Amino acid sequence: MNDLIFVLLILTGFVFLGSGRLQFAIRTLALQGILLGLIPLLGNWQGLWGRVLSIATISLVIKGLVLPYFLTRAMHKSKVMHEDHPFVGFTASMLVGIICLGASFWLASRLPVIASMPSQIAVAVSFFYLFVGLFVIMSRRKALTQVLGYLVLENGAYIFGVAYAIEAPFLVELGVLLDVFVAVFVMGIIIFHISKSFDHIDTDQLSTLVG
Amino acid sequence: MNLNNFLIPALILIPLLSGVAALLMRSDVPRRILLVTAATIHSLLTFLAEGAPPLFNNWLALDALGRLFLCITSFLFLIVSIYSIGYLARERKAEKDVRFDFESSSILSNGPESLLTACLLFFLTAMTLVCVSNHLGLLWVAIEATTLASAPMIYFHRRRQSLEAAWKYLLICSIGIALALFGNFLLAVSTATLSGGETELLLDDLLLLAPQFQPLWLKAAFIFLLVGYGTKMGLAPLHTWLPDAHSESPSLVSALLSGALLNCAFLGILRSQQILIAAGFASFGQELLIIFGLVSMGLAATFILHQTNFKRMLAYSSVEHMGILALGVGLGGAGVFGSLFHAINHSLTKAMLFLTAGNIIMKLHTKSTLEVRGLSHSLPVSGALWMAGFLAITGSPPFGTFLSEFTILKAAIEQGHYAIAIGYALILAVIFIVMASIVLRMVQGKPLDGQEAPYESEPWLSVAPPIALFGLVLMLGLYIPPFLQRLLVEATRQLGGAL
Amino acid sequence: MLNLSALLYVLLGLISAPLMLGVINRTKAICGGRTGQPLLQVYYDVVKLLRKDVVYSRTTTWIFRVGPMMALGGLITALLILPCGGAPAAFKFSGDFVLLFALIGIGRFFTILAALDTGSSFEGMGASRDALYSGLTEPVLFAVLITLARITGELSLSSVFANISPLLWSSSAAVLILVAVIIFVLLLTENSRIPVDDPNTHLELTMIHEVMVLDHSGPDFGFILFGSALKMWIFSALLIGAIMPVHTGNALIDGALFLGGMLLTAVTVGLVESTMARLRLLLVPRMLVGATAIAAVCIFLTLK
Repeated sequence: MNDLIFVLLILTGFVFLGSGRLQFAIRTLALQGILLGLIPLLGNWQGLWGRVLSIATISLVIKGLVLPYFLTRAMHKSKVMHEDHPFVGFTASMLVGIICLGASFWLASRLPVIASMPSQIAVAVSFFYLFVGLFVIMSRRKALTQVLGYLVLENGAYIFGVAYAIEAPFLVELGVLLDVFVAVFVMGIIIFHISKSFDHIDTDQLSTLVG
Repeated sequence: MNLNNFLIPALILIPLLSGVAALLMRSDVPRRILLVTAATIHSLLTFLAEGAPPLFNNWLALDALGRLFLCITSFLFLIVSIYSIGYLARERKAEKDVRFDFESSSILSNGPESLLTACLLFFLTAMTLVCVSNHLGLLWVAIEATTLASAPMIYFHRRRQSLEAAWKYLLICSIGIALALFGNFLLAVSTATLSGGETELLLDDLLLLAPQFQPLWLKAAFIFLLVGYGTKMGLAPLHTWLPDAHSESPSLVSALLSGALLNCAFLGILRSQQILIAAGFASFGQELLIIFGLVSMGLAATFILHQTNFKRMLAYSSVEHMGILALGVGLGGAGVFGSLFHAINHSLTKAMLFLTAGNIIMKLHTKSTLEVRGLSHSLPVSGALWMAGFLAITGSPPFGTFLSEFTILKAAIEQGHYAIAIGYALILAVIFIVMASIVLRMVQGKPLDGQEAPYESEPWLSVAPPIALFGLVLMLGLYIPPFLQRLLVEATRQLGGAL
Repeated sequence: MLNLSALLYVLLGLISAPLMLGVINRTKAICGGRTGQPLLQVYYDVVKLLRKDVVYSRTTTWIFRVGPMMALGGLITALLILPCGGAPAAFKFSGDFVLLFALIGIGRFFTILAALDTGSSFEGMGASRDALYSGLTEPVLFAVLITLARITGELSLSSVFANISPLLWSSSAAVLILVAVIIFVLLLTENSRIPVDDPNTHLELTMIHEVMVLDHSGPDFGFILFGSALKMWIFSALLIGAIMPVHTGNALIDGALFLGGMLLTAVTVGLVESTMARLRLLLVPRMLVGATAIAAVCIFLTLK
């Protein structure tokens, strides 16, 4: 059962890699947020249930509802609905995703097993999201898609947090804090400025500063 | 003695509250006065902060390493705030005339000055928080806060290039921060093998219990923390945001970014290295630091080669010096002392260079090295400072930078790393030659048309801060004051080095 | 090696395969609010075609005449290796699933050759599309079977399916669900169902399988029609075999469960066809790569 949630996370990662429509990608991100919110409920934390429940609720609300809402608003404001010509095509992206998945499983097998794991593959999924997020940031043109890739990267770190580090106080909330501040306020504002200033959010054309 | 308890909170709260006040203030002159006042109080408190006890369950504490970087930050901020009075006044005056920016083919406009002042103060708050954090999670939050506080400042001159620079800065530094968060979580996992279960990421506890951590997870955590904070510090190959951000922002902001922010990111790496040393894996971290250090230096040397923008040249020089810092700590032993001393020297010198560059840009309205000639005639004081600054930053005696760079070289040779020493010296030589050709061409010769008219003598508010910084760098090359010596030795010992 | 009782299942397959197509069509009709074709329509079509005369184009060679026979022959032979439900197939040996896929592949190969043999660009276009999709599905099929072989520890298809038990489900639920999803997607692809291809379309831009067999007539086309029914039967049997959790020892109950599963599969295909629209031609490879990705997930999950 625990494995199922992580497998679903892997699948949403692939769906994210292959989606060109931004609204669909944002919805995928929302689904990831919901799944991440469910992960804390999988472990058996004696005596920490209050904290676990609060973390689960916060993640669910912020990652599943608030962030997608703001991202959709940014999308409509900048009038970009589709990632037209990414540097690496969508089908090729999914193939790269398969390679990243293999790499993350290999890396995860090199690290010794920790007892309090909700699932055998949590570490691998976390690394997978790391690679997917980095790859999307590098291979897409639109600033908004890069922000989405960044959120996937953060989700990867967050998997680690909710799977293992719940006992350490405040550490997990930091991850959520990062989500809120960076993605919503600052990047949203910047994207708004970019689209106003450049009439597009093609970061490929933000290349006047070179050398 | 109870007053000492308030030192650390005051150090954090004073800039924070001043920043909020600056946002709300309507008139310029009181706001600028507020900026300088807050900076002065902050510096005074920093000087007194030797006896500050740890607070909040040990979350905030000021050890030697933190105090060192706090002193650098606070002092630099004070100097820059004094410079800012003149700068902001001139910008305000210039805004009244409609200026056309040839670089971006648009009407030049600035962001609101209150935002800049407030962001400066929030920036100071965040950096102070970095220096006083004893909890790695809080350290991480503080470094994240510095990114957020400095991004609007880069976009002060509302230009397309600065927007692009701000975007790159935000994106890449945020990626680094996310990787550092990964590292923090991995670190938390590595503590899971302890008998008491996971522990909080308090530095003192971590240092004590480090030998019991799971080694592979600890090493993985260090790699992520190094790459993450290294992005923020400007280590190659993660430095790509640095030239853009440091060249597009106003010069006083560039001075702070180069002189203070990079150091704070370095502090994050140093804390991680401390944990590795306590766990017994010092050599693992040191090897990585040496590699990153040399790569940064080499890359900086390559990119300085054909620079036509002198602020970008200074930015790449920052990358090089960050490489030197990493190399020094990577070598260990006396190299650590050299590295920490170099942090001070570099901050002072780079800030001075950026402020001088700001003066040049203000008068000559260009950032291109090809369009500036004969500075010694058109802007005598700035020209002299530019020349002297170049000598200082490339490590010529009798400046402090020479002493620190030489210490690192000596450490490399003493430890038998001849290849590293040769590479290090070679890159320094290359950079000296390249920068010399650029700077000398700018300072000597005849001024270009339109630049010869002797300007009204440069306002003292613009030149006094760089001169003060220059004087300090000169002094440090000849004489290190005892309190500084004590501080450096203590900090070096914390990192497992020795003089 | 040779299992005589399994020949009953082979006979069952030969007889009831066209019925599956009928069920699919009836489901689509019901979803569309129509009465639709009679359930036995495909039988009538095959018999009608067998009684007709055949017409060969002058540009074709012996390959064109041989193609449909090879395809049908391959598929009928495949029936001999196909385990139905928990019962072993007529022939079982280690690695027999490779032979199974090879036989299906022979059918596909000869159909494509026959299409190219006509010398018409129309058929060539369909053949190239079909070759592309099968190139994308073959590795996935193998990956799925490898996964199943790993989790059950058996190398023969019959043994693999016999070992799918509730115990296996409780330990590898995620993998089995993914395997089922993949086989279903492959079923839709290989049998040219929506969302990959529309079996009812006659527009050039949208045909894939239909256009390949456009030139066949009479008994040849009858063979092709029957062959496509058999292919649907084979893939459905693979699907049911992979996920059927219960194997009572009783042959009758197992057989009934198997037939029930096939019926369910046919109804599901009909529902999918009724509710989805055909994917844009450019998106089909993306969907197939998605299936590859899921297959990769399965493999990595079982490698641990």
